[in-house]
Amino acid sequence: MTAGAIASNFDTARPTVSRHLQILTECELLDQEQNGREIYYRINAKKMKEVAEFIEPFRKMWDDRFNKLETVMKKYKNK
Amino acid sequence: MERKTKINAEDGKQELQITREFDLPVELLFKAYVEPEIVEQWMGTKVLKLDSCQHGGYRFETSDPEGNVLIRMNGTIHEFVPDAKITRTFEMENTPFPVQLEFLEFEKLDDETSKLTMQIVYRSVEHRDQMLQLPFAQGINMAHNRLQEVTAKLK
Repeated sequence: MTAGAIASNFDTARPTVSRHLQILTECELLDQEQNGREIYYRINAKKMKEVAEFIEPFRKMWDDRFNKLETVMKKYKNK
Repeated sequence: MERKTKINAEDGKQELQITREFDLPVELLFKAYVEPEIVEQWMGTKVLKLDSCQHGGYRFETSDPEGNVLIRMNGTIHEFVPDAKITRTFEMENTPFPVQLEFLEFEKLDDETSKLTMQIVYRSVEHRDQMLQLPFAQGINMAHNRLQEVTAKLK
């Protein structure tokens, strides 16, 4: 998508959207592709996944613990 | 898979929040934090000490299947309000990680469900981020060990 097409989806001023796109590109969350005079932005799914997965093992550790807590207490309740 | 446990770790903050809803009355959820034999079951640790009261404290110990002690954890309990609140510190002994402060809030949603909100405050942003990476590092270590076991058999 072009910056213009992306900006048309938001009420935010166009320069603000451009600035956001710039930062997201710097963070490698977006890829840029020059096509003639236009720059197309594409989501970098791999990087997005990397960011999402940063805390996933930590979340999973707690989720496993709490699942166990729930199971243990349900048994306890039915005793 | 339903993601029941949520982690909120804002960028640049030295704290994080863990929230979870349980299909348990709040009294039972709270009990799971108070009764030593129940804590042992879901935390997978041995409870060496657990004084669930104001000015109380705890000490846990985790061992591998062979019985070697992997880690000891301890802390002091500051606030203790039954079925509502525990404020405590948490420290892993013999590790470079500094002590952290934990605020646990237990909330009744209805007669059969409850919610736990855990706010953990770390000494610095860097310490928080290292802590977040710890299970990941452990996972990698375990994978490596497993890999070594498997490859050793191939020799």
